[in-house]
Amino acid sequence: MPKYSLRVNGKAVTVDSWDPGQPLLYVLRNALGLHGPKFGCGLGQCGACSVLIDGKVARSCTMPVRQAAGKAITTIEGLGTPEQPDPVQTAFVAEQAAQCGYCTNGMVMAARSFLNQTPNPTPEQVKQGLAGNLCRCGTHTRILAAVLRAAKA
Amino acid sequence: MKRRDFLQTTGAVIVGFVMDLTLSDLGIAQEGRSLPSPGKPVDPKEVDSFIAIHPDGSVSIYTSKVDVGTGLRIAISQMVAEELGVPVEKITVVEGDTAITPDHGGTGGSTGIPRGGTDLRQAAATARQAIDKLRAERPGASLGELIGGKRLMLQVDPKAPLKNPSQYSVVGKPILRTDVPAKATGRFTYVQDFSVPGMLHARVIRPKSFGSKLMAVDEASIRNIPDARVVRLGNFLAVVANDEWAAIRASRELKVTWSDWRGLPGSDRLEEYVRSGAVERDEAVVNKGDAPSALSTGAKQLQASYFWPYQSHASLGPACAVADVRPDGTTIWTSSQGPHGMRNNFAKLFGIPENQLRVIYLDGSGSYGTNGGDDAAADAFLLSKTLGKPVRVQWMREDELAWDPKGPPQALELRGAVDTMGKILAWDTQMWLPANVPGSRPLLAADGAGIQQPQGRGAGQVTNNGDPPYAATNVRVLVHWLKDSPLRLSNLRAPGKIANVFAVESFTDELASAAGIDSVEFRLRGLTDPRAIDVIQRASEMLGWKPRPSPNPDAAQGRSLTGRGIAYVRYKQAENYVAIAMDVAVDSTTGKINVRRVTCAHDCGLVINPDGLKNQIEGCIVQTLGRALHEEVKFDASRVTSVNWASYPILTFLEAPAVEVALIDRPNLPPLGAGEAATAPVAAALGNAIFDATGVRVRTVPIRAVTLARS
Repeated sequence: MPKYSLRVNGKAVTVDSWDPGQPLLYVLRNALGLHGPKFGCGLGQCGACSVLIDGKVARSCTMPVRQAAGKAITTIEGLGTPEQPDPVQTAFVAEQAAQCGYCTNGMVMAARSFLNQTPNPTPEQVKQGLAGNLCRCGTHTRILAAVLRAAKA
Repeated sequence: MKRRDFLQTTGAVIVGFVMDLTLSDLGIAQEGRSLPSPGKPVDPKEVDSFIAIHPDGSVSIYTSKVDVGTGLRIAISQMVAEELGVPVEKITVVEGDTAITPDHGGTGGSTGIPRGGTDLRQAAATARQAIDKLRAERPGASLGELIGGKRLMLQVDPKAPLKNPSQYSVVGKPILRTDVPAKATGRFTYVQDFSVPGMLHARVIRPKSFGSKLMAVDEASIRNIPDARVVRLGNFLAVVANDEWAAIRASRELKVTWSDWRGLPGSDRLEEYVRSGAVERDEAVVNKGDAPSALSTGAKQLQASYFWPYQSHASLGPACAVADVRPDGTTIWTSSQGPHGMRNNFAKLFGIPENQLRVIYLDGSGSYGTNGGDDAAADAFLLSKTLGKPVRVQWMREDELAWDPKGPPQALELRGAVDTMGKILAWDTQMWLPANVPGSRPLLAADGAGIQQPQGRGAGQVTNNGDPPYAATNVRVLVHWLKDSPLRLSNLRAPGKIANVFAVESFTDELASAAGIDSVEFRLRGLTDPRAIDVIQRASEMLGWKPRPSPNPDAAQGRSLTGRGIAYVRYKQAENYVAIAMDVAVDSTTGKINVRRVTCAHDCGLVINPDGLKNQIEGCIVQTLGRALHEEVKFDASRVTSVNWASYPILTFLEAPAVEVALIDRPNLPPLGAGEAATAPVAAALGNAIFDATGVRVRTVPIRAVTLARS
């Protein structure tokens, strides 16, 4: 079985994949037990599967594992822990910016990537930055508040 | 149960059993092993069914009501903590496990707090009485020392006195939810993340149309996919593999021949289909005075037709379930809002004794009613039973949007008459709705496999709020129950009420405008209930409402036409009072709608957790804006064609308005639920604001953009 070397959350890992086209999402969730990234659509439309690749947000549901090989991947588990959270994660808790939370992974990762590029955003810029991430519960106003809070942290 | 203790107290003998099984039970459940019932009581008459006090002073509470992301867990923890007199951090909620939680109803109809929370509160109040007696005998002893690990052996006392709300120190506080840190750091276990050893991954291949028969399967077409195999039971077709991606690849590459079937009217002519559909029977659900005769009286008579299409629950994560069917008992892990209902239904349908079937709830993606989750559980059950191994089924995006049971289409026709003072003299609502059929909703898997099952149909209490909440002498709401529904139905958040209030509160505005009266003023003239008046005044004041009739004479602002609208509901004419006002700008060239600001005043009696409550209300508003602006299930003659987020769009961040919520706390009134009520006035407030801005009345959803007359 073909093997692929990745750096995931700071650690070098080698994974087997019978199919080089297998999306990174399934490698992370099933081979590496990282359940933070979620399957939402498999089409790159909702953002629930988002991870950071070399620091920038990417959709793991449409990225073949062969393309992720050699890259540094950060999942939400690697971004921070409940004890030592990233400021974005802290802000999501402070604003209680979740209902079901299925989209939260993508929101947090997209927000981290966005704030890396735009450290002092306006509310309109945050909306633009998260425009590709869907939330069905309607927690948009809280997520916006959380991202603005994280920017000030 | 390991040993028996007897506690002698002044008034009664309390027999206790050691109950240290509860937490380890959960551990075992998480590991995926089926358990025989551990002997914990589940009778909702017994205090021990709801509450267990452990030796370390921590408390487990048990309920059939489930959180589904609503924040119910923290709210009911607060209610119990308050009544039991323990810190809220000491409480763990065990929800929706048929082996160890009492069945006091499924989750739906916003009953989590008013039914679930209050049951637990009464059990806690009963326990508190017993604890107080014990404490009188052993002053200074901790709760764990007094009760820890033992059963109270008490019936829930409906008269056990409740704490006076003026003494509350936990209820009414915005205590943070315990699941959010885990969700924000990717450490929360959803049903989608749950696995058991030796589990196979499955994907179900749904027919190419609703009525297709499976003609042929070419198993050789997936020969190159590792360990993938086909399971076929009649028309039920699935692929399973050790590896999830292999199952997905196999489901895509398997060559299958289905028969053709064309039996749907198509969504493009759905409204006509509904309005002219065969009627099973008529039912007047409200009939006061003589509305049909009085319609010709008064200064103004109006008539208007409204329509709401099929909508999907459109959960962000497609349905998922794990089933482990074993000779000594079956366990199903699901995010269903009704685990006990599932247990009872599946036991009957698949011929298993109820005590041999354990259904365990785990949070999933928000479901907003019955989405595809129950069907995914049936898929997993049937596959595990067939293969003798635990099976995980997750639906793909197109499965969820195409095959979840839908919220019903609703056609309404309203007629009304007002006098010159704006008094409603007559009101007549006619609605066309798919009729209820008794029995459980057919499960896709059982249908496919040819298992006999009831062909029930229901979408909840869909006729409520068809009458105006304002003074009117002659009112009729006549329901034309239709024989057919082209698509399968289920309860979708605030069943029926969103469309009914869209029609009733838009039409109220039509009457106000016809009478030349300000929309807020018109409503207030027809109300005497101070709680109703309160929410309308608060919501309109928050928006900076200036009284004048609609449409807005000064609507033009640059490229936009601006306006404001309001709508009010007394949910189900018996529950929450909610008023929503909003401010919109409509692009004068494109008709594109920008909802700039929404204000809401909300009265649901006693407030348990104000932040959790606001979160629910905000979600109700934002989600329903999406439903009103964008959502419509599209289908052709054979199948649903709106199967992804491009063809079934929901609201995006770019459209998310600022939302301000005012909570009106009524500490001495019972608490009501808040998962639905604030959805109901949203579409009407939007339509009224659009009319105010543009003079165009929208009566059909999805609104998408306003068609403006060329000037």
